[in-house]
Amino acid sequence: MLKDHLKTWLLWELFAGLRLTGKALFKRKVTVQYPEEKTPLSPRFRGLHALRRYPSGEERCIACKLCEAVCPAMCITIDSDERPDGTRRTTRYDIDLFKCIYCGFCEESCPVDAIVMTRHFEFHMEERSQAVIGKQRLLMNGDRLELQIADDRAQDAPYR
Amino acid sequence: MLQIEIDGKAVEVEHGSTIIEAADKLGIPIPRFCYHKKLSVAANCRMCLVQVEKFAKPLPACATPVSDGMKIFTRSEAAVDAQKSVMEFLLINHPLDCPICDQGGECELQDIAVGYGASKTRYTEEKRVVLNKNIGPLVATDMTRCIQCTRCVRFLKEVGGMMELGLINRGEHAEITAYVDKSVDSELSGNIIDLCPVGALTSKPFRYTARPWELARRPTISAHDALGSQLEMHVKNNRVLRTIPREKESINECWISDRDRFAYEGLNSDERLTVPMIRRGDQWVETDWQSALEFASSRIKDAVAREGGNALGVLVSPNSTMEEGFLAKKIARELGCGNVDHRLRRSDFRLDGHFQGTPWMGCNIPDVQDMDRVLIIGSNLRNEHPLLTHRLRQAVRLNAAEISVVNALEDDPLMRVAFKNTCSPDDTINFLLQLLKAMSGLQRLSLCLPPTLNGLLEDVVVSNNAQAMAESLAGHGKDYDLVNPRSAVFLGNMAQQHPRYSEMYSLAEAISALCGATFGVLSEAANRVGLDLARVLPSSGALNARTMLEQPRSAYLLVNVEPEVDCHNAQLVNQALAAAGCVVAMTAYKSSALREADVLLPVTPYTESSGTFMSMEGRVQSFTAVAKPLGEARPGWKVLRVLGNLLGLSGFEYDSSEQVKNEIFGGEKPSRVVWNRLNNNLRELTEVNAKVRTESLQRVGEVPLYESDAIVRRAPSLQKMAAKKPVVAAMNAKLLAQLGLQDGELVKVSQGNGSVRLAAKCDDRVADYCVRVPICAQTAALGDLYGEIQVERAA
Repeated sequence: MLKDHLKTWLLWELFAGLRLTGKALFKRKVTVQYPEEKTPLSPRFRGLHALRRYPSGEERCIACKLCEAVCPAMCITIDSDERPDGTRRTTRYDIDLFKCIYCGFCEESCPVDAIVMTRHFEFHMEERSQAVIGKQRLLMNGDRLELQIADDRAQDAPYR
Repeated sequence: MLQIEIDGKAVEVEHGSTIIEAADKLGIPIPRFCYHKKLSVAANCRMCLVQVEKFAKPLPACATPVSDGMKIFTRSEAAVDAQKSVMEFLLINHPLDCPICDQGGECELQDIAVGYGASKTRYTEEKRVVLNKNIGPLVATDMTRCIQCTRCVRFLKEVGGMMELGLINRGEHAEITAYVDKSVDSELSGNIIDLCPVGALTSKPFRYTARPWELARRPTISAHDALGSQLEMHVKNNRVLRTIPREKESINECWISDRDRFAYEGLNSDERLTVPMIRRGDQWVETDWQSALEFASSRIKDAVAREGGNALGVLVSPNSTMEEGFLAKKIARELGCGNVDHRLRRSDFRLDGHFQGTPWMGCNIPDVQDMDRVLIIGSNLRNEHPLLTHRLRQAVRLNAAEISVVNALEDDPLMRVAFKNTCSPDDTINFLLQLLKAMSGLQRLSLCLPPTLNGLLEDVVVSNNAQAMAESLAGHGKDYDLVNPRSAVFLGNMAQQHPRYSEMYSLAEAISALCGATFGVLSEAANRVGLDLARVLPSSGALNARTMLEQPRSAYLLVNVEPEVDCHNAQLVNQALAAAGCVVAMTAYKSSALREADVLLPVTPYTESSGTFMSMEGRVQSFTAVAKPLGEARPGWKVLRVLGNLLGLSGFEYDSSEQVKNEIFGGEKPSRVVWNRLNNNLRELTEVNAKVRTESLQRVGEVPLYESDAIVRRAPSLQKMAAKKPVVAAMNAKLLAQLGLQDGELVKVSQGNGSVRLAAKCDDRVADYCVRVPICAQTAALGDLYGEIQVERAA
């Protein structure tokens, strides 16, 4: 009882807190000066989606629709049809970036490594309608980031 | 009964049943690929191996008959070991292309591999590749996926009637193939898609468009023939993407015809009418429902006010629902008009008023399979009733039934026909007279004919064929005799469309009465019997489908009719509509056949509307919409209801098609009404004219398989099948020589004042003095389906 009163009147807890502050004051700082500085990202980082191509330039996606089926947020919409050369292809591949919860199940389920999640996370849009990105945008993402994507997959390969 | 035990569960099964049947009865799963309950046992996939007590090796459950006291283990170590090994062998050559395979998600191999296979493959050698075969526009092949279960081969042979696929070579080189450069042309070929346990045979029109888990499955009824097959339509984004059968043992078993399976493509046709249209001069103007309906009702009102109710003619397609037909009739009756008919392709209405009830099939569909003797008059069976033909085929195959056929065309029904008489439709009556006389002369039938008929038969000379046919029907068979055979006499579509149908009907009825056979009419279209039951018929003294056109009315209401291809006489209907002041057409499609219409009201096809069909065996089947109406189109019954309101008629306050149905059946249980009303008997025999044969050429205007209704005519894949048989003027070699024509030569075929140019074709399946010219858009300039026809060399 007496001890509590003593602590209250002598501002004991204030000094205990200031002690921690004082310690941190002279520690090495961890704040990152974003956007000039960036934190390191894991090769497994799950950022913006991309659709990949084979080295020949042929799109990988074969419209099996497993990603659409597995997506817990139901943010993927696929229409498929037979391309004139007889192969199975998507005619529409839309991802709603607002609905997406970035769980990465689509990438896990893809049998041909077509849909991937890249390290790219700094994207924005000016209208709500732009949150739904289509096949062309996804392929463009893939084309732009392919080197990084391929490198990340290679790094992660031993653990798969 | 035998006592056996499966996995410790005791069950009693019949003598001769197999282990797999007993297990299915108990609900114990045994994996299988080649076994199918409707096909013969092949036992070549070995997937159903089970352990049986006292047997050293596992036995195939599908091919092992049970014996008393048998103890079977489906999940014992030995059985599981066998199943795993077989699975491994099956997967050796099966490609791992499930992601692009249309069967993925509904694949028996996928499912069973998960349940019974190993999780890893030990096979590292090269897999085999089999080249794909092009077997036609309906079925896509990926033969590398095939596991040689031979279900498709057995189906086409046993159910389809012709062995169009076969298994060639042995071991690893074994492959399923069609004959060299031949496609699969069976009208039931689509069923091999359902049968194939893997993705080797898939649907071509459906190819790559959707996954099974994305599709909403909605039940409906077939609207393309009178069988009333139960269908399941698979819908995605409000579009029907495919059709599969629902299993119904007493109607379609587990099959459906290609027409039922692929007609859905017509539902998504670009020709669908989605907004009401009014004609202003030569221009079609799109408009809204209000103005279109007001336009239609005011024009009908004007015509009726000017000339009375008789100014109106109402033609209802026999593919319309009972509700649509009933409301169209009700509108007409309220306007004081009796001119309502749905029998558009008929030309003989002399029997009207003589029927005791609604003519129907005379028996139930499964009964056909149990018949011993069947006489079929005027029917191109495979075109008209693909699945009923299969039932007949089973009667011949399993029951050794004797089929007799009297027709103008000798098209192969793909079953053994015991007796046939191919003669012109007019001669059919002479032949039926012979048959009747032969029948009445048979000692074992002591029935007497009415004096009217007796007088008629006096001069008839019975041919040997007629004698043999009569004896067969009465039970004296080619192979063995039956004292009391189950027999039937059926009239087909071609008979019904013939100008002397009433005579054929009377004679057929007399023949069946003499030999105690079931007598029935295999009616055309989905709802012929239903519309008859709903009395969508001319009231007494009013005009029927034929006279309505012969004496043109000033206003017509067309319900789902494409005039020139749906009516018995294209010339006549075109003239009548052109002369009419007002033609209101309720249609699902923009059609060049409706060029004479004044207003087009977009109604939905049956898939987007609720309604009721009644099959030819009198089964009343109601269905609901499987998809939302396209664009502004609305269900036909709703349009007719509002039209009734706008015409100022009372009694059109329906809120649902169910209420209309209740009114049709007077609030009673439909089956009770049906049971009371179906009756093929005539009140009295109509006069039969034993006319001597005509020397003029007769047209045999059959309705081709894929021309039967508006939806089928717009299904691209079915039309590709139809295009394999170009439209020709077919006649036999004798007639061709008589006319001095060459096979393949271009001829001018004319009826009345219309003519078309067609290639002449030598076809010995056509009877003497007959020219087979089907009804389709190409021959729409011609007249009566079974009228006189002139053929001459094209200038």
